[in-house]
Amino acid sequence: MVVTQLSTRPRHGEGNSTPASGEARIRIFDVTLSYGSLQIIGGISLDIAPGETICVIGPSGCGKTTLLRMLAGLARPTSGSVELDGSVLGGPNRSVAIVFQDYGKALLPWRTAAGNVSLALEARGCPGAERLAITREMLEKIGLGRHADKYPAEMSGGMQQRLQIARCLAQEPKVLLMDEPFGALDAMTRQALQDEVLGLVATTGATMVFVTHDLEEAIYLGDRIICLQPNPGRVGRIVDVRLARPRNQLLTRENPEFLRLRRELYDLIKDDHQ
Amino acid sequence: MRAAGLLKNSWRAALLPVTLIVLAQVAATVTQLESDTLASPFDIARAFVSIMADGSLLGATLDTLKAAAAGCILGVGAGSLLGIVLGLSRLADDALDLTIELLRPVPVVALIPVVMMLLGFGAEMEIVIIALGLLWPSVVLARAAVKEVEPRLMEVSDVLQLGFLARLTKIVLPAILPQLFMSLKLAAGYALVVAVTVEITANPRGLGYGIMMAQQALRPAEMFAYLIWIGAIGWLISLLLNSVQRAFFPVFVKGEGR
Repeated sequence: MVVTQLSTRPRHGEGNSTPASGEARIRIFDVTLSYGSLQIIGGISLDIAPGETICVIGPSGCGKTTLLRMLAGLARPTSGSVELDGSVLGGPNRSVAIVFQDYGKALLPWRTAAGNVSLALEARGCPGAERLAITREMLEKIGLGRHADKYPAEMSGGMQQRLQIARCLAQEPKVLLMDEPFGALDAMTRQALQDEVLGLVATTGATMVFVTHDLEEAIYLGDRIICLQPNPGRVGRIVDVRLARPRNQLLTRENPEFLRLRRELYDLIKDDHQ
Repeated sequence: MRAAGLLKNSWRAALLPVTLIVLAQVAATVTQLESDTLASPFDIARAFVSIMADGSLLGATLDTLKAAAAGCILGVGAGSLLGIVLGLSRLADDALDLTIELLRPVPVVALIPVVMMLLGFGAEMEIVIIALGLLWPSVVLARAAVKEVEPRLMEVSDVLQLGFLARLTKIVLPAILPQLFMSLKLAAGYALVVAVTVEITANPRGLGYGIMMAQQALRPAEMFAYLIWIGAIGWLISLLLNSVQRAFFPVFVKGEGR
C-alpha cells in the first residue's frame, strides 16, 4: 500500500469543508430534542457531503448518540429537521444503516453469520439465489468468509462486530452511522477494523458518521471532526482533518499534523470538562 | 458412561418408592387387609392388569389425553397469540389490561357449570374448560416474553424497515420460542389436572370418571390403579416435554450448562 504523505488536500470541495446545501447527503437543520423539560440537543445544524466521513466527539452526555439516533430515524427531533438527499427523514430508512456498539445485542442469536447478513437482504426483498451470493460476498469482504455457518455466540467480539458491519453493508446504505462501534474491542482488533471500515467506505462511496470517545480514532478516520458540547448538546467546534488517504496506522499517527490535531482536540475537550 | 451413571442414580432414586411399596404389601399381608378404602400393592397391580386387559383403561386414557391435548393446543395457541399482540401493541395492551386482570383470577373449575350449561356433557365441554384454564396464563407468559425481546433487535427491525409480518416471523417469534415452549410445558401439566377435575366433577368420561366410578363401587384396588396410572401419565408427559426442551432449547434448561 502506497501512502502519499503530507498531502493536505481534502477530499471534498476546495479547502471549504462545508459543502453547499444543494449537494449535501445529510442536512441537519437547527435540530433540537427534548424529553419533557430536559433539553438533550439544543440547535445543531450541519451539512454532510456525499462520501464524507464525519467523526463526532464530545464529553459523555453531550448527545452524540442521540444525534446519531436522529440521523437513523430512531429518534424524532423536537424541532428542526434532518434531510437525506433533500427530503425530510421521517423515520428509519434502509439507505441509512447503523452499527450499534453492543454487537452482542444487535445480532440475531438464532441465526448464523450468513443468516444475520441475509436479514438485511430479506428486508429489501432480494430474491433467494441473489441473497446467497451477496451474503457470501459481504462476509468475504469483512473477513468472515470461513465463518458463514457460525452462530454469533461462537464468535469473538471482533468477529461479531465485523458481522454487524457486514449486515449494514448488505443494506447498500448511502449513509453508514457508527455508534462507538469499536469501544468494546481490544486495541489490535480496533485498528484492524478501523482500516477495514475505511477501505469499505472508500470502495462503496458511503457517507459515514462515526461517534467515538477516542480522539485519535476520530482524527484517524475523519474528514471533519464535530466536537459537541453538553447541556444541551450543541456543536462546539468543527475541525478539518487534512491528512492524506489512504491512512496508515503507523505513518498517519506519526504525522505532525495528526499530533497537532490531537493536541488541539485534547485541549478542547479538557476545557469542556472544566 | 453417562448411561451407567444414570442407572446408578435411578437406583438411588427408586430406593424410597420401592421400599414403601414393599412395606405396604407386608403390612397388608400381615393385617390380612380387607377394606373399602385401602388395597394392597398386589391387589392394585391385579386390578390394573384387569382394567388394562378389558380396554377400559386405555379407552379412558385416550379420552382424557385427547381432551387435554386439544384444550392445550387451543388454549395455549389462542392465549399466546393474544399475548403476542398485547406485547407488540401498546394500544391493545392498554385497552385490554383491566379486562384480563378481572377475568384472570376466576378459578377455571368455577366455569364448569357455566360451560356445561352451554355445551352439555362430552369432549367439547371438557376441551373448552381446559382451553379457558390455559388461556390467561398463556396470555401473560407470551406478553411478558414479547416485552422482554431485546430492544436492540426491535431497533434493528426498525432500521431495516421490516413490515409487521416480517418482524413477527423473523424477530419476535424466534426470540420468544423458548418461552413459548416453556409455557406449553407448564400448560400440559395443568391441562391434565383440569381434565381429570372436569371428569371427576361433571363429565362422565375419561380417567377422572374411571377413578370416581371405582370409588363409588367400593373397589379401592381399581381406584388406586387409576390414580397411579394418572400419575405415571403426567410423569411421562413431563419427561417427554423436558427431553424435547433439552434437545431444542439447551440454554434454557437450568443446570444443564452446555
